[in-house]
Order: sequence, then structure tokens, then C-alpha cells
Amino acid sequence: MNEKDKAPRFVALCMLGVVLFNFPVLALFNVGGTVFGVPVLYAYIFAVWALLIALMALVAER
Amino acid sequence: MLQGPVVILAAFAYLGVLFAIAYYADQRADAGRPVIANPYVYSLSLAVYATAWTFYGSVGRAASDGIGFLPIYIGPTLMIALWWVVMRKILRISKQNRITSLADFIASRYGKSALLGGIVTVIAVIGILPYISLQLKAVSASYLILVQYPEVVMPPVLGEASVRQDPALWVALLLAAFTIAFGTRHLDAAEHHQGMVAAIAFESLVKLLAFLAVGIFVTFGLYNGFGDLFARAAAVPKLKAMMTPLEGVAGGYASWVWLTILSMMAIMFLPRQFQVTVVENLDERHLNKAIWLFPVYMLAINVFVLPIAFGGLLHFPEGGVDADTFVLTLPMVEKQEGLALLVFIGGLSAATGMVIVETIALSTMVCNDLVMPVLLRMRSLALNEKPDLTGLLLGIRRGAIVLILLLGYLYFKLAGEAYALVSIGLISFAAVAQFAPVVLGGIFWKGGTRKGALCGLLAGFAVWSYTLLLPALARSGWLPIGLLEQGPFGIALLKPLALFGLSGLDQITHAMIWSMLANIGGYVGVSLVATPSVEEHRQASLFVDVFRQGGEAGGARFWRGTASVPELHSLLARFLGAAAADEAFEEYARSRGRRWRRDPLDADAELVHYVEVKLAGAIGAASARVMVASVVKEEAMTIDEVRTILDEASQVVVYSHRLEQKSRELEAATAELRAANERLKELDRLKDDFVSTVTHELRTPLTSIRAFTQILLEHPQVDAEQRSKFLGIITKETERLTRLINQVLDLSKIESGKAEWRESVLDLRELIGDAVTGMSQVFEERNIKVDVEVPAKVAPVRADVDRIIQVMLNLLSNAAKFCEPGRGRVRVALRDDGGALRVEVRDNGPGIDPSDQGVIFDKFRQVGDTLTGKPHGSGLGLHISRQIVEHFGGRMWVESRVGEGACFAFTLPHG
Amino acid sequence: MAKKILIADDEPNIVTALEFLLQRSGYEVLIARDGDEALKTVESARPDLVLLDIMMPVRSGYEVCKRIRERPDWAHIKVVMLSAKGRDAEVNKGMAMGADLYVTKPFSTRELMEKVKGLLPP
Repeated sequence: MNEKDKAPRFVALCMLGVVLFNFPVLALFNVGGTVFGVPVLYAYIFAVWALLIALMALVAER
Repeated sequence: MLQGPVVILAAFAYLGVLFAIAYYADQRADAGRPVIANPYVYSLSLAVYATAWTFYGSVGRAASDGIGFLPIYIGPTLMIALWWVVMRKILRISKQNRITSLADFIASRYGKSALLGGIVTVIAVIGILPYISLQLKAVSASYLILVQYPEVVMPPVLGEASVRQDPALWVALLLAAFTIAFGTRHLDAAEHHQGMVAAIAFESLVKLLAFLAVGIFVTFGLYNGFGDLFARAAAVPKLKAMMTPLEGVAGGYASWVWLTILSMMAIMFLPRQFQVTVVENLDERHLNKAIWLFPVYMLAINVFVLPIAFGGLLHFPEGGVDADTFVLTLPMVEKQEGLALLVFIGGLSAATGMVIVETIALSTMVCNDLVMPVLLRMRSLALNEKPDLTGLLLGIRRGAIVLILLLGYLYFKLAGEAYALVSIGLISFAAVAQFAPVVLGGIFWKGGTRKGALCGLLAGFAVWSYTLLLPALARSGWLPIGLLEQGPFGIALLKPLALFGLSGLDQITHAMIWSMLANIGGYVGVSLVATPSVEEHRQASLFVDVFRQGGEAGGARFWRGTASVPELHSLLARFLGAAAADEAFEEYARSRGRRWRRDPLDADAELVHYVEVKLAGAIGAASARVMVASVVKEEAMTIDEVRTILDEASQVVVYSHRLEQKSRELEAATAELRAANERLKELDRLKDDFVSTVTHELRTPLTSIRAFTQILLEHPQVDAEQRSKFLGIITKETERLTRLINQVLDLSKIESGKAEWRESVLDLRELIGDAVTGMSQVFEERNIKVDVEVPAKVAPVRADVDRIIQVMLNLLSNAAKFCEPGRGRVRVALRDDGGALRVEVRDNGPGIDPSDQGVIFDKFRQVGDTLTGKPHGSGLGLHISRQIVEHFGGRMWVESRVGEGACFAFTLPHG
Repeated sequence: MAKKILIADDEPNIVTALEFLLQRSGYEVLIARDGDEALKTVESARPDLVLLDIMMPVRSGYEVCKRIRERPDWAHIKVVMLSAKGRDAEVNKGMAMGADLYVTKPFSTRELMEKVKGLLPP
């Protein structure tokens, strides 16, 4: 990927992270219950975090 | 077995390993084969971000409010997503200007202002002290708890221990010695400490492994995995509430958001992060991997925080054990001595890593941006005249390291007991966040001025001191607590924790809102009114437009004045040492194709700039400026002149972009032309060969014709029999000539697409019969036996009957030519391949070498009889035949092995 | 004694013409169809002159000429190269191989006979 193309993609990823780790999206998952035994909020945060890192790796290494 | 001496021995053994690693890496660096020059070590060294605070404090925070510790790591992840835009720029600027610290960066950006550099240093030192004290607290607490094994007893209030018995003091002194050994072995113009970086990367591994070990032990050893652990915790109402922690908490989301923002700033502007990310960076490209590897590290070290916190809360329900110590006390209470010791070492590695890098970074700032500028201005010291100042520089740094660690210890004694680990760390985060507006503004906004930066920083720092530092001291009893409860002089509006009546927020959020307001307001507001100086204008351009300017020489364009080479050299020698100065001048001379001390050097703007940048690496931009100014007579440039140069520069950039484009286009065109030329040359060569071949073929029959006509002309007495024989020869040779000429013309017609094709439905059986009959005389003459195998009935094809006959005759005459003389045998076969008819003409001649089989169909190519090397015919027949066959949608090829004859075959699709 | 001339050429019609002309001029004519045969004939019959085609099977005229020139006892044998290749480079190569004369095809039979006569003084 061209170096110039990387910048907007990274900015978009950051903005995606800001939205997903913020009110009100965060509040949607601030509920009881579990996913595979893990409380929903914890599972959500770690899953989104991992996804974000994977996307960053994808953009950085291309 | 975990008595004091054993633990101390283990700690020393660990530090010994660290030192060995650092020593080895330094040796390798000196030998020019660095071990740290790869993105993985770089990424691991960034993990110096995870300190004792992460190691012990995250669990403590998680035990009180669930996910409250996560923004500290999610924030950096979000910030790092922007690193491609922000950090790459800072890296480029820093490399071009030899920036060696955050203070240097800010001072350099705002007109190389020594005042600004000094203020940044003071803010950084005061702001970071709590953070350093946190590490001391963590190490000494973990030591005191561990040596109580097998009892799990919280240590007595640490501050009350006598100074000599206080492990925190010894830790501080030990770390000071260690840091001095690591960080100030010699003076490096680029401030690279490769040994330290290698050791830090190793420490990052150790603390991660130790933490994961505890996490796995708690989750899978004490409980049956995540599900079991969380299910048991959910049974306790108090713990269940922590699983939806954002609900109903006052300012829950606000606190989350501000912590995220704070951490985004911290990952950029903590002095130790700036040190490892920017100053120690060896290659800008390492950023590519670090951008995702470092977040992966943060994710990994956080996975087990919640399980450990819940495990601890379930294990110590009565609350006698500080949650900050769960990582250590859980293995202890389960009698896991080895694991407990590993945790202690992990915590030690987290703390030492932070302290070493932080104090090196701070000592560089203190030396270059605080002490040196003052010393250089004190004329009574006459430092300008001293021949070698490297010893002084190292001395200042060593002193600064000891001083900073002792100050950290002092803060620990003064205020350390009042707060949990995380809160202490956040106070430091809030302090360094004050650098964000001037740095980020500085690299994207040319309008930011020195006065604006000064105002913003001072205002932000003042608010920070008032809302965070002051309460910390008051709570520890060093200031009257009434200050917090009633406000100074009883003015409620000025209460440090509820400034101007803003309440209901946690302390950090409250402080961040007010300090950022003051900081950004001051920076932007004053920048907009203040007029920048020439120097500021120049530096602003160099920083903001760093990607548009080429190389380090960028700064030289703005300089006018006179200097002398010996003076510049002795200046450099004073701060870097004579050897390093010689090396620097040699490098400069080489880059200009000259030899230092042999060829004369011009003391021009570029050399002056080069010396200043080199000097900046050792003593900071602001001091370097002062020193260079002392030896050169500089002519002031007006702001208009600088503007003109900048305008010219941007015009040049535009031009050079255009030029680049043009030259790229030209290159492409040249490449095309070259390729076309190659094709033409090849064609020319083929044409040459063709002409040569054709002339040869024309001359041979012409020779006979001419010879015999001349004979007949000059020897009229030749008898009738001979005469008619000669005339017969002449006729035959004439026919041969005609045939050749026809072939050449035929080929040119086919190739130019002017040939006439008359298509009709053909029966190939009939056509083959006609062709063989036509050639029967030739075969008989040469005593060749011909077999024809055709099926009773074949599908019709559509083609030009004359052309296909031509193909057949060509193949048959070739076969006749190459047949074994005297015992010639030619077999013609017709088969239906399904979809196409296939004709084969097989001879029993010498065969065709495999290497020639590919080329015999090429135009003008002739492959001679393998036995004689003599070509037969013009070399056009097969080429024309193949063109004809392909015109009708078929293909033509040859199968042959040397010595076993050749089989020419072609297909024609069903009509 | 009649001088012996070897015609080495693989084009039968040209051989026929040259044979006719040389016999008419009173020479003894030998014929070879390829390079090998030419060398063998030189060995066995020791001609005084060889009319040598260049593009011959098995061994090219250049090679035959070179072999002849390698033998000191054959130094007296005159070599006339006959070739349809008339480019300067080829003429030079023929002369470099030790040919006494290089004649480009097609040639005037009369001129060729005169040149042969000139090379073989009685």
C-alpha cells in the first residue's frame, strides 16, 4: 500500500475505536449475563480491542 | 525459604543478568553490529509503559471498580492508530534536528527557547516524581510482604520505618547506581543507549511472563477457567455489581473517557516513552511493526487482570489484604514459593525498567535544558574557554539521576501512603498531558508561538499543581486539610477538588478539564496575538513541513554570517571530545568529497548548521544555539527575508514535484522507446538474415543459369545433346528462381494481411490424394515409397483448397528431401481427432534435433540436415504453411527424435 | 602433363558447367560433393588447384581451405573460393583462410577461366 493511503485508514481505525469504546455503544453491553462464561462487558471490550489490533496490523503490514 | 537474604540474592542475580545483557548489547553496538536494530526489540522496549503500576496496580483498581484500569491501555491503542500520522512526523523531525528529549523538542520547535526547555524540564521532573515514588513503593512493599512468607501480612505503614531500614531508600540508591552505569557510560551525540534498550526489552518479557504465569495459576489452578471464576464471583452480590460497572456510577462514562484521553497523551509524552519511541529509535520503519505488536503486548498483559482481581476478592473476602498485592499474595497463600518469587522478580523488572528509562530521560533534560543553559550564561565560569566539557556533562547527568531518585523517595515519604498505586500514576499522567497541546499544536500548526507555548504550559501546570499535587500533599498531612474541605481562605469556589463549583467528577477528570482548558486556551489565545520572532518562524516551518523538506541541510538556508572552521571544531571538541569532533568533521568533509585537515573546508552556513545539530545532540537545541552564536558572527535576518526563503522553498517543492512527475513520464517513454528499438533491432537482424539467405538462394540458380548461357554463347560448337541438357538445366534453375520469388511474395502478402483466401468445403481425403499424385514423379525419381492411410469417410472442413494443397506439397517435398536416400519411405495419415481433422506426414530421414524443433517454423529460420549442416530451401515454406493452417483455425507442429525421422502434423477444425 | 583441378561443390548443375569448361581448356578434372570428400581427394590426387564452394555439407569450404593450408607439402596447391556469399566480411574471411582468390557467384565463366589460367602457369 502506498504510504499516503495508510494515513486515512489509520485515522478511520482510531475513530472506529473511539466510537466502539464510548458511550452509548459501551452502554449497550453494560448488562448482566455472560458470553462463554465471561461477563458480557468484559467479553465485548476484549473482543473489540483484539479486532482493532488485528485491523491495525493489517493496515501497517500491507 | 523466602527469607530476606534469598530474595535479595535473587533480586541481585536478576539485576546482574540485566547488566550482562546491556553490556553485551553495548559491545555489539560499538562493533557496529547492533542487537536491537529490529522492530521486535523496539516494540518490546515500548512496553516500558507497563510499570509496577500495571503489574500490581491494575489488579488493585480492577478489584475496586471492575474495568476502570482498561482505559490506561485502550487509550494508547487508539493513539497508536494515529502514530502513522503523528509519531512518524515526530520521529522525522527529531532525527533531522537531533532532538534528544521532550524538552529539547518543545524548546527547539518554539525558536530554540532555553526558557521553554527549562520549564518543560521542571514540569516533567515534578510531574514524574510521584510516578517514580510509586515504583519505589511497589518494590519495597512487595519485598516486605514476600519476606513474611508463609504468613500473608500487610507491611506496617512504610513511611514510619526508620530511614536506614527502609528498603525503598536502598532500592532508590541501588537503581541510581544501576542507571548511572547504564545510561551515562559515555556521551553519545544521538543519545542512543543500545545496552539499556536491550535490557528494557528483556525486562518487558520477564514482567509479561511473570504476570501471565500468575494469571494462568489463578484462572486454571485455583479455579476451573474463566467461566468457573466469573460464575463464582457472580454469586457474591458485591462482585456481581462490578460486572456492569458503568451503571449508576456518577461520572462513570466521563471518567472512562478522560482516562482514555489521558492515557493517549501519556503514551506520547511520558519522558520515558519519548525516550524509547523517539530518541532510541534506530529506524523509522520499525514503527510499522510496533504499531500493532505493542498493542498486542498491552492486550496480553491485561487478559488476566480481572480474573486475578476476582480471585483475590474471593480469597480474601474479609478485606485484610490490599488488592494492590493480590498478584503476590495469591501465590503466597497457596504456598507457591517459586511463583511468588517469580512475581517479585516480575514486579522488580516492571519497576526497574520504568525507573531506569525515566531517570535517563529526565537527567538528559535536566542537564541539557536546565543546567547547561544556565552554566553557559554564567560568564564567571567561563565555560566557553574550557577545552573539554564532556566530563562536566556526564557529571551533571549522574548528579541529576541521583537527585531525581532521591526526590522520588522524598515524595514517597511525604505522600506515598495516602494513595493507591493507580491514583499516584494518574497524577503523573495528568502532568505530562500538559505537553500535548504545545507538541501536537507545534507539529501541525505553524501559528503556535513561543509566548503561547509558555503561557499554555505554565497555566496548565499551575492548575495541575493546584488540583492534584496540592490535595496529595494536604491529604498526607503536609498542608492543612482545611484547604481541601473549605477552600483557601474559606473561599468555596476555589476548593482544589471542586474548582469553581465543578463537582460530581472524580479528581482526575476534574483536574483534566480545568488544566486542559487553561493550557489550550493560553497556548492558542496568546499564539494568536503574539508575533513570532524570525527564529520561531523558521523552526515552525522546519517542524510542520518536515516531510516537504529534504535532509538535515534544511535549516542552513536561514543562516547568514561568518565563522571559522577551527573555532567550530574546537567548539564541538569541547562538548563531544576531540575524537568525536574529528570524526564529525571527517564525516562532513567526506560528504562533500573532501578530506578533513587535508583539503580546506568552507565555514559556510551548512557547516555551521551541521555543527549546531551535532552539538544539539549533546547539549540540547537551545544551548547549542547559544554556543554556536558565541563563535559565529551572525547577521540578523528580517522576518520578511525568512518568509521569502520559505515561499521560495515551497515553490521549489512544487517545481520539484512537477519535475519528478515529468522525469517519471520521460523515464516511462524512454523505456517504451528502448523496447521498441529492441524490437526493431531484432526485426532488422531477422531482415538482414533473410536478405542474406534469399540472396544466397537467388545467386545459386543464377550462377548455373549464367554459366550455361555463357557456355552456349561462347561455345557454339557444343553438340546437340549437350546443348539440350544445358538448356534443360537453365529451365529448371529458372523455375527454382521463380518458386523462390513467389514464396517471398506470398509471405509478404500473408503477413501484411493482403492475401486472398477463398473458403470452400473440402474433403481432405481427396485433397491428400491430389497432393500425393502431384508429387509422385519426385518420389519416383528418388525411389521413395509412399503410403497413404485415410479413413473411409471424414468430416468436411472449410478452407482454401489451393492453400491447403500448398501446405501438403510443402510437407511432402520436405519429406522427400530429407528421406533416407535410396530407401526413402514417406507415410501420410489422416485421422479424425474429434473436433478437428489431423494430417501427418512422416519421413524416415535423420530427424530433427529437439532444440531446433521450436524454431523451424520461424520465419527465415533454416535448420539444415542434421548430418550435413546444409540448409535446404529458403526457410520460408514451413513458416508459410503454419500461417495458412493457423488462418483456418488449426495448428501445426513437428514430432521427431534424432535418427528416427520426423513427423510433421497439422489439424483443421471441422467445418 | 595436364594440370589437375578439383571442383568441390554440392550444386550438381554448377559442377556440370565448371567440369565442361575446365575439360574444354585441357585440365584434368576431379569432383567432390562435400568437404570431406574434397579433403580426401586432395590427399589422394594432389590437384594443382581447388575450386572450393563455401556452403558445403559436412565441412565448409573455409575449413577445407584451412586444412589444406596447414599442410606444408600442400603449399603449392592454389585455392579459389566460389561463394554466393558476397559480403566483405566473408571475402576477407576466405582470404584469411589462405585462399588465393575469392570469386562471388554468379560469375563470368570466361573471367574465371582466365583467372584459373593465370594461377596455373604452364
